[in-house]
Amino acid sequence: MITMNEFRSLFHNGLIKQNTGLVQLLGLCPLLAISNNVVNALSLGVATALVMAASSGAVSGVRNFVPNEIRIPVFVLIIAVLVTVIDLAMNAFVHPLYLVLGIFIPLITTNCIVLARADAFAAKNHPLHSVVDGLAMGLGLTLVLVVLGAIRELAGQGTLFSGIDLVFGEAAKGLVLHVLPNYQGFLLAILPPGAFIALGLLIAANNWKKARVEQRARALTLAHA
Amino acid sequence: MSTTAASRNALRTGTILFIFALVGTAMLAFTHGRTEPVITRGQQAEKLALLSQVLPATLYDNDLLASQQSVPPDDLLGTRQPSALWLARRGGVFSGVVLEAVAPDGYSGDIALLIGIDANGSVTGVRVTAHRETPGLGDYIDHAKSAWVDQFVGKSLTHPEPKHWKVAKDGGTFDARAGATITPRAVIKAVKSALDYFARHRAAFAAPPAGEKHA
Repeated sequence: MITMNEFRSLFHNGLIKQNTGLVQLLGLCPLLAISNNVVNALSLGVATALVMAASSGAVSGVRNFVPNEIRIPVFVLIIAVLVTVIDLAMNAFVHPLYLVLGIFIPLITTNCIVLARADAFAAKNHPLHSVVDGLAMGLGLTLVLVVLGAIRELAGQGTLFSGIDLVFGEAAKGLVLHVLPNYQGFLLAILPPGAFIALGLLIAANNWKKARVEQRARALTLAHA
Repeated sequence: MSTTAASRNALRTGTILFIFALVGTAMLAFTHGRTEPVITRGQQAEKLALLSQVLPATLYDNDLLASQQSVPPDDLLGTRQPSALWLARRGGVFSGVVLEAVAPDGYSGDIALLIGIDANGSVTGVRVTAHRETPGLGDYIDHAKSAWVDQFVGKSLTHPEPKHWKVAKDGGTFDARAGATITPRAVIKAVKSALDYFARHRAAFAAPPAGEKHA
């Protein structure tokens, strides 16, 4: 069983300490490609988190039967099968959701963070912990994706949540926020360079925050000494 | 480790890998078998709904679905496999056609199109039915995302001139969003080719239905 403390530390690890987007810098391909607005970012993030939880659980479940030499091909096989099964099943049984998330599911295959967590964590830990770890890592990615999406959408189009009607239907069209009315648009933010620049700024901010916390901790120890 | 032990180990590892591959393939085959009919049915229903979007209902009074024909692959349609077309008639007279076409040179692979053309050779509607263009960048060709494809309505081979069947950036009459020009270029080219295809086969389309034809 999983204790509350373990649960909390796994989530802290996934969302902040080992955040895939800002600290591990893994899985940047879809992160940079899909973060041009909030709705896309959130959709990809949620899809990734679900796939990561499922694949980490599956890898962890068979970890004792897989010899070390062939673990990578076996994990790749498991992840590929799982992603394809989820893709097909969603297409057939939850079609409206598939129309929204469907294009993102194959993209998850290009995300190396899924394999990275399978090998680094799920292959050595209990299935329950692995599912939580996969979910937490995926949500950490979602967090960065959404922040990045918000920055780029705001700078690029002056809106937030554009395209939300594709997820929640025509009625949700009113939820689109035109934060900057009559905005001319800033194309660079929508294009790939905008993704790199915004991500760079986010990483810098994160490092600055971390450095400050460390500095304060050091100052505190010196004062006590 | 002796050679026999090493080869026994290799055999064991190979067998395990084989079993995983087998189980994985079985899972995929099972899921494919279970989902394929549902997926095909869903796609069919979507296509029917799309047909009415590219050809106005006022243009025909025949059963459009029953008029489906299969045509061999054609370079002008961009198809590599037989594709479908639907013939519209009003009062028994040919009034238009819906063509399945493919833009083979999209940014990431084929873009499947459904193109409605009336008897005069004017486009009545275009819809993208399947594509893998970059989400948020090239996917504005999808009518669900933007009305971009609506600018084809009313266009024909004489309006605009063939040399203006290009994006504005290349000196044509169609706009495209900056940053994603490869996608609209491919769609514009495919629609124009489909009009060429229509011009070449118009006589066959306008011929009376097979049942009434002599010999």
